[in-house]
Amino acid sequence: MTHSVLVVEDEPNIVLSLKFVLKQAGFNVRVAEDGAQAITEIERDTPDAVLLDIMLPKRDGFSVCEAIRANPAWSAIKIIVLSARSREADKEKALAVGADDFITKPFSTRDLGNRVKSLIAAGAGEA
Amino acid sequence: MVGWQVGLVSLAYLGLLFAIAYYGDKRAESGRSLTQNPYIYTLSIAVFCTSWTFYGSVGRAATTGLDFLPIYIGPTLVFVVWSVIWVKIIRICKVNRITSIADFISSRYGKSAILGGLVTVIAVIGITPYISLQLKSIAESFTIIVDYSNPRGAGGEGIFAFDTTLVVALVLAMFSILFGTRHIDASEHHEGLVSAIAFESIVKLFAFLAVGFFVTFGLHDGFTDLFGKAEAAGLSHLFTVAHDRGYGQWMTMTLLSMAAIICLPRQFYITAVENADEQHLRKAVWLFPLYLLVINVFVLPIALTGAMAFAGQDANADMYMLTVPIRHDQGALALFAFIGGLSAATSMVIVAAIALSTMVCNNLVMPLLLRWKIVDAGEGSDLSMLLLTIRRASIVLILILGYGYFRFASESYSLVTIGLVSFAAAAQFAPAIIGGIFWKGATYRGALVGLSMGFLVWIYTLLLPSFAQSGWLPISFIQQGPWGISLLRPYALFGLEGFDHLSHALFWSMLANIGCYALVSLRFAAGTLERIQAALFVDVFLHTEGMRDSWTQDGSATVGDLEELVGRFVGKQRATSAFHTFARDQGVTLRRNQTADRALLNHVERLLAGAVGSATARVMVGSVVKGGIVGLDDMYQILDETSQAIQYSRMLEAKSNELEDTTKQLQAANERLKELDSLKDDFLSTISHELRTPLTSIRAFTEILSNEAGVTAQERRHFMAVIAKESERLTRLIDQILDLAKMEAGQLDWSMAGVDLRGAVDEALGAMDGLVKERAIRLEVDVPAHLPMVRADRDRLVQVVINLLSNAVKFCRSPGGLIQVRAAPAADGLLVSITDNGDGIRAEDRDRIFEKFHQLYRGSAAQPSGTGLGLAICRQIVSFFGGEIWVENRDGGGACFSFTLPYDRVQEVVGRVGAMT
Repeated sequence: MTHSVLVVEDEPNIVLSLKFVLKQAGFNVRVAEDGAQAITEIERDTPDAVLLDIMLPKRDGFSVCEAIRANPAWSAIKIIVLSARSREADKEKALAVGADDFITKPFSTRDLGNRVKSLIAAGAGEA
Repeated sequence: MVGWQVGLVSLAYLGLLFAIAYYGDKRAESGRSLTQNPYIYTLSIAVFCTSWTFYGSVGRAATTGLDFLPIYIGPTLVFVVWSVIWVKIIRICKVNRITSIADFISSRYGKSAILGGLVTVIAVIGITPYISLQLKSIAESFTIIVDYSNPRGAGGEGIFAFDTTLVVALVLAMFSILFGTRHIDASEHHEGLVSAIAFESIVKLFAFLAVGFFVTFGLHDGFTDLFGKAEAAGLSHLFTVAHDRGYGQWMTMTLLSMAAIICLPRQFYITAVENADEQHLRKAVWLFPLYLLVINVFVLPIALTGAMAFAGQDANADMYMLTVPIRHDQGALALFAFIGGLSAATSMVIVAAIALSTMVCNNLVMPLLLRWKIVDAGEGSDLSMLLLTIRRASIVLILILGYGYFRFASESYSLVTIGLVSFAAAAQFAPAIIGGIFWKGATYRGALVGLSMGFLVWIYTLLLPSFAQSGWLPISFIQQGPWGISLLRPYALFGLEGFDHLSHALFWSMLANIGCYALVSLRFAAGTLERIQAALFVDVFLHTEGMRDSWTQDGSATVGDLEELVGRFVGKQRATSAFHTFARDQGVTLRRNQTADRALLNHVERLLAGAVGSATARVMVGSVVKGGIVGLDDMYQILDETSQAIQYSRMLEAKSNELEDTTKQLQAANERLKELDSLKDDFLSTISHELRTPLTSIRAFTEILSNEAGVTAQERRHFMAVIAKESERLTRLIDQILDLAKMEAGQLDWSMAGVDLRGAVDEALGAMDGLVKERAIRLEVDVPAHLPMVRADRDRLVQVVINLLSNAVKFCRSPGGLIQVRAAPAADGLLVSITDNGDGIRAEDRDRIFEKFHQLYRGSAAQPSGTGLGLAICRQIVSFFGGEIWVENRDGGGACFSFTLPYDRVQEVVGRVGAMT
């Protein structure tokens, strides 16, 4: 079965690269350009994982993360925060609001693919 | 001119003074006092210039030449060279609520009632001739101005002149009463009075200058002509320094006038007691000497003209100010001069009468009434009316005394001679005052003996001879000495001959005064209170608070007792409000039956001191408080033993304050550093974020391309293009960060020059042309050629326009984009605006978009992304050019960025010159 990943990112070229990498890794990829749209997309169809940027228009990544964790129906969703903010404090905050992993930009495409895969596999194992 | 007309004009003038004084008091009541002004203060000090200056200087100059000058050199020296003495006296008066010179001396020497009384007696006797001098001048000038047909100025004979003088004396007494004794707290300032006095100083100055100009430029062709004619008339001895006489008298008169400017009761009163603000003295130290200089410029011209005009006639030289204009049929000018003289005389009389009456009341009558138990401070009657009555009666009495001296004694003297007699009396106060504020060892006994001896010598060598010359004493008293003892001749005491009378009197009186003052002070130790007061006066700048208090223990009096006591001297309402103010300032509540603490006792003493003088106030508070005075000895003991310790602890305190300050400064610096550090962190983190964004795309696509697997040829081309575009973005970002950093650090090289805006805009449009065309944006440019040149760095200006244009391109409607570029001349520069037809910018964002990295989120991902630095750079550049940049929204949406550019000054000037030729 094909797992689905929602990419939440406003920088068009980064979206382009993520889409390509994740599709090659065999995922079904959807895109949201801001925080509000991300929630709408999740409500429409719950993804297995969300790749979440922090600096987003309308609603920032931390807030989206909290909203997902607040809804029990979405507890299975794996959240990987993807941020250009490299400070330790940002990473801690991301994990505190419920993210499963934190990847710093710029990222290695292979590493990114592997981490999304292993997270989803671990989730499936638990279930 | 007839008598009643002149009388009417004079009364009208006094009425005007009255109105000014009334207005001044009203202004003060509404809190906008006229006397809060150094110029008014200086003019009020010019009360020094009396009719002696106005009429007497001319008379003196016409008879003995430059001898009139030392009287003005002395005060000038005191104000210019030794103004520190005024600073100190004024501070002492304010701190101790001193009301007069008698109060000052009494307070300094242990709040002694006897000394205060002695000073008062000396002042009244000494100043009486001076007041009579003013009355004499008013009478003589009145006679002359009325007796128009006889311009020889032959004295004031006839009953009419005497009546006039009496009327004048009474009118002046009335005026002094109305404005000097309306209410009782004498340390409250008399703003109305001071304003009126200042006005009089202006009037007399202008009157003098008017006559001076008339004489110098109306009757003659300027100074050279006038002095030339005078020399031809054989008057050159009047304006050159004589060689046959020594400079002894000059020296004497200079010293005498130096003492007088400090010690005359009215000068002390106006300069120190009525001083509204210590800072006013800073202006007065040069303005007052300037006033003296200006009013003396025309003395010699007028004197010489008079001497030439009335040569060989029996004309009174003191009245040349009037007779010279009258001789030349200048009726209006003569009347103006008369009013000027009236100003000079009335201002002196009024201020002197008020100052003396305060002294008579507080330092003579009240202490006697208290001593003789006629008035008991312990009983419940209201005494404020009594005080006012005493003062009013004193004023009348003082003017009657002046009138009496005028009537019986002053006929045979010139104005200046009478004045100098008064100066010599006032000078007797100088040792006690100057010694008192600089020498802690000076004692009450020393001051008392010194003053008494000096005063007695003054009576013997100056006052009694003047009586003898008026026929009250046999003239042999002067010529052979009393009982024929020639050693006791008053003008040649102990065989001292060869001096003029004044120098002679001053020598002996000062020798007696200073000698006794110093010797007795050194011989006998000071009492307890004296030492405390001495320290308070001499070290007034050291301790402004606390140490001056007489009451060091809480007494047995209740708040109610004290309020009643104060109420009886200053009135019930004032007392209540004074207690309320005290309670509010101290942050305490006062109940009537609660025992008064020492702070309140001291406050009450100071309140009373304003009304009845410090010595009396102490006795009164003492009569209410039982056992309070005992504390003084204890206090002295402690003071003596611990003065060293106090000084040491004061030094420690200063050091610890210093340390505390330094610590605070360090803390502040530390806080600032932390703040800057966190700002720097934020900045670096933001830059890092901005740099990582394009890097992320570049790295991702590079890895995708290097894997090759699964990438179509079309995708490859697309990805390569992305890499190139993001690399460009990265480069641009780095360039702009560096630019901005350099601009902020001020390290950028600017080549400022006159720039033609049209050319710069064209260049920017050229650079943007491709992008504009590509996106089918309509461009409307309205930048006229031949606009005035602006001062700018051309390349940076182009950069600003490009940044704004690329913003506009980014945000304008798509499709159907429209960008308008406009420029027009405004008041102080060109106004350039670039408008798009996008969504506009929300009000709350309009300032923040000029901050670094404040990017508005793009409406659609398809639009090119910026660095977030463009507008920050624009703002830096425009403000370096001296202009401003801002943004507003156009009606119907769309952002309009505007900035101003100052004109190039050089071009402007060149242009203007070109237009003129």
